[in-house]
Amino acid sequence: MTVISIDKDPGAMTMTIVAEFDAPARRVWEVWANPRQLEKWWGPPTYPATVVDHDLSPGGKVGYFMTGPEGDRHRGWWRILMVDGPHRLEFEDGFADEAGTPDPAMPTTTARVSLSEQPGGGTRMTIETTFPSLEAMEQLIAMGMEEGIGLAVGQIDGLLRAAPNG
Amino acid sequence: MQEEHSVSALAGRYPMSFAAVQKHVAVLEHAGLVSKRREGREQLVPGNVNAVLAARRLLDQLEAVWRDRLDRIGEILATDTQNEGADA
Repeated sequence: MTVISIDKDPGAMTMTIVAEFDAPARRVWEVWANPRQLEKWWGPPTYPATVVDHDLSPGGKVGYFMTGPEGDRHRGWWRILMVDGPHRLEFEDGFADEAGTPDPAMPTTTARVSLSEQPGGGTRMTIETTFPSLEAMEQLIAMGMEEGIGLAVGQIDGLLRAAPNG
Repeated sequence: MQEEHSVSALAGRYPMSFAAVQKHVAVLEHAGLVSKRREGREQLVPGNVNAVLAARRLLDQLEAVWRDRLDRIGEILATDTQNEGADA
């Protein structure tokens, strides 16, 4: 895996990251389309994800929870906006309550994923994440951005500094 | 969290009114993060409450989250190759 580029635009409230993988697009697509593969990478090792619903069709829902070191569970959901395997996936990503019901008080982000096979045989994956408003960004930074993990900013900072590349 | 600012100092530093800074602080307080601290007559808050600074920090954190995720995806794909010799 090679990260090709990262573009962070606070004004547009968007981050775009481009990476290349040494595998065909249909294989890279599997890490999104197969819930057992998705849960291997969505959460960090300290907060592994368990995918409970996985309907990758327009309007479909993906439900998941992440389990923390204390056994604490943090639930999230995707609503599929667009799907065109193995090339494109767009979804809204939000927080859910303990029953898995989307929490309307929490902001959602929108992710656009595109995969394109490269002439050399690898696959380029572009992921664009957009926030709805600055207020939403403030709210999320307050909670920590680990997808539903309610860490305070100070804790997140510590976590990132502890990471090898942080 | 490195430093604290007083709400009035923040309002002086950024093109925002005291009331606007207070509103931002209130959002963060409401979300359960910031505990405003009083020292004498000053209200002290963490230094990252400014909205644009917060946006930058959040994008930095999101970058770290996705770099880790992409690393893990890379590992999953590498495991395929080890197990199967080539892609199935």
